[in-house]
Amino acid sequence: MSEPASEQVLRVDAYPTHEVGGYRVRAGKPFPFGANVVPGGVSFSVFSDQATSMTLVIYKRGEPEPTAELEFPQEFRTGSVFAMTVFGLDHENIEYGYRADGPYDPVTGHRFDARQVLSDPYARLIAGRDVWGVEPDRSRGYQYRSRVCLQDFDWGDDTPLGIPAEDLVVYETHVRGFTRHPSSQVTAPGTFAGLREKIPYLKELGINCIELLPVFEFDESDNPRTNPETGEQLFDYWGYNTVSFFAPKAGYAATGRYGMQGDEFRTLIKDLHAAGIEVILDVVFNHTAEGNEQGPTISFKGLDNATYYMLTPEGYYFNFSGTGNTVNCNHPVVRNFVLDCLRHWVADYHIDGFRFDLAAILGRSPDGTPLPNPPLLELLAYDPVLRHTKLIAEAWDAGGLYEVGNFPAYGRWAEWNGKYRDTVRSFLKGDPGVTGELATRLAGSPDLYSSRGTSASVNFLTAHDGFSLADLVSYNDKHNEANGEGNNDGGNDNASWNCGAEGPTDDPEVGALRLRQMKNALAILFTSQGIPMLLSGDEVARTQQGNNNTYCQDNELSWFDWSQVDENSELLRFTREMIAFRKRHRELRSTSHPTGQLRDTLGLPDISWHGERAWQPDWSAESRLLAVARCGTGDDDVVYAAMNSHWEAHDLELPALPGGRSWHLFADTGAEAPHDIRTPGAELELENAGKYLIGPRSVVILVGRTPDTEL
Amino acid sequence: MPLSVSLSIEGDTTVIELEGELDAKTAPDFHQTIEKAAGHGTSTVEIRMAGVGYMASAGLRSLVFAQQKVGEHVTIKVVGAIEPVSRTIRTAGLDRSIVLTDD
Repeated sequence: MSEPASEQVLRVDAYPTHEVGGYRVRAGKPFPFGANVVPGGVSFSVFSDQATSMTLVIYKRGEPEPTAELEFPQEFRTGSVFAMTVFGLDHENIEYGYRADGPYDPVTGHRFDARQVLSDPYARLIAGRDVWGVEPDRSRGYQYRSRVCLQDFDWGDDTPLGIPAEDLVVYETHVRGFTRHPSSQVTAPGTFAGLREKIPYLKELGINCIELLPVFEFDESDNPRTNPETGEQLFDYWGYNTVSFFAPKAGYAATGRYGMQGDEFRTLIKDLHAAGIEVILDVVFNHTAEGNEQGPTISFKGLDNATYYMLTPEGYYFNFSGTGNTVNCNHPVVRNFVLDCLRHWVADYHIDGFRFDLAAILGRSPDGTPLPNPPLLELLAYDPVLRHTKLIAEAWDAGGLYEVGNFPAYGRWAEWNGKYRDTVRSFLKGDPGVTGELATRLAGSPDLYSSRGTSASVNFLTAHDGFSLADLVSYNDKHNEANGEGNNDGGNDNASWNCGAEGPTDDPEVGALRLRQMKNALAILFTSQGIPMLLSGDEVARTQQGNNNTYCQDNELSWFDWSQVDENSELLRFTREMIAFRKRHRELRSTSHPTGQLRDTLGLPDISWHGERAWQPDWSAESRLLAVARCGTGDDDVVYAAMNSHWEAHDLELPALPGGRSWHLFADTGAEAPHDIRTPGAELELENAGKYLIGPRSVVILVGRTPDTEL
Repeated sequence: MPLSVSLSIEGDTTVIELEGELDAKTAPDFHQTIEKAAGHGTSTVEIRMAGVGYMASAGLRSLVFAQQKVGEHVTIKVVGAIEPVSRTIRTAGLDRSIVLTDD
């Protein structure tokens, strides 16, 4: 609300002191960086350590040539910060950038070129890729144009949900892929608004946290390859190639052409929160879209190359990211850039957490050496604004640094647990000698996270990177020919098994086994301690036709096909009930690793291991059967899960239950639907209390509780 | 095409009628009218947009401005917006706090 005119204070800083390039200006405030609307004008502030001069370049929206070039007067420079307030700008209808002049000497790391117009690293809106997939006019000199953004969104009473980490059920998805398929039936397919229309589906599924693949502005047309089979243009579909870190991707917004992507994204977040769903962003700070010395100059390279990138003594780019360059994240200035960026997403977008792509790089020093106490990671862990956000690391990088279990956590960081994925996959396909490690993974990986608790482990079997769940049980080998790289891209170590036929098959036995294997995977995932993460579409058997690296596929290989919601309703129901079961049983979500100690109330330990005989797990090299019983914290039920990856059935002797409890069947993946799973709380009491026959390659989940008296 | 803006009161409703293009050039006129409408203290502000053939982002921002200007106890109705305009309002999320109706 503006003040009545009589009470308005006349501010001296609302008046110009200089005239530059026909515009009235005055010295701006160095902080905050970026373009900020101030009384009567816009304050522009940009950092460059080595620039000898800096020019603000202003365009009318969409015009190829600038309308004004305003060189910063020397007296507007504070330290290495250039700051100027320009009055009388129609900030809604301008785009801006910078020309930085300075030394061009790659050996010393400097690549200044005043001919290039540079994007503001702090731009909160970017124009130039407003609508997804539109072929850009590459003849234009300035491609990714910074825009001024008002911060006037009405959040109403939106506050962080603060869901305890151990209670999270994460759903990893792609903004465009989730609703782009025509079957989605949303108003604006492939957008934030489209995703917003699907919130009821997410709510019904039971997830309470959505993790979005990169949403910072990137250039989807930044892929020179074509599909060798069809000749179609390939994309940078995933978006792990950030062009601008503070700007939401315009092409993900139905209103991107209006510059309203910020409002559209915030509206989605607000509605997700209202539905009890947190939002985590997948963020990429390990590299940028500027590539190596062959790559384009977009922003950092021309503003302060030697500050922002890790460079070899000869001035070349270190490549720990596998994409050409490596962000120099532990440089004090770059550290602050990352911090400012994350604070912006938390404060201005109400984001609940972040997953850091190739986060091991964030622990490297400017010369690439892993640091014992990386200042950036410590800074993020203790920052006041980020204090209650979830921080999740992909704890490895492309330079060979693998820190799963050893990531510098400061009591705050969780990790994508790659060992969980590999172990459970190996068990599922029937590898021998995995039961010992499987037990460790089910219990929240105490070997890796003994001092950090179970919620340091984000458990997943599939993610955007790799096979989908349906493909994990349908393909022995990757089939990435459509990516145009001769099937040489993507991981080769998939621990997958096709159940007897490679790819699509009409064989009903193979089909039934695949469905059972998917249920087995989900049953194990949702009864493991740690934070479960589900890949979007796995609940309805989404296939990528054996492609385990669909980073470039903006088509049905990547899109969620909503017709599968009906077609694969059996698997969807199974997933929903598994999630509901996890929510019902606190012992599956305990923050501390189980110790095997007796629970006073029940006379049973918090965790116990079993095999064909109760209390006698088989840890031998040939064992493919393991059962675990947990009991608890907060409820008096006992949860028993038996996992059989053997191709033969086994008779299970069930452990005796204390205090009038009896075993009730919740799930048996070997049973035909609808008997494969029941609604939590409505489990069926076993007639033969001490025994249960577990079928070949099946998972059985029982609940030990007091029988229903009213039945 | 310029924007014509008219303001009237019908009972407990302040009516703003727009005709033309709502963009950065014309949005300030609309803003001034919203400020006047906010001063009337009616329980509803009805913005008739059937005559608006084009709305740029500045127009969307005007609606955000209108929401904040009139306060949360006043209902803002947008009436008769053509489909591209109403779709833009919906996808920008403004339909959560603005009532969109055909007539």
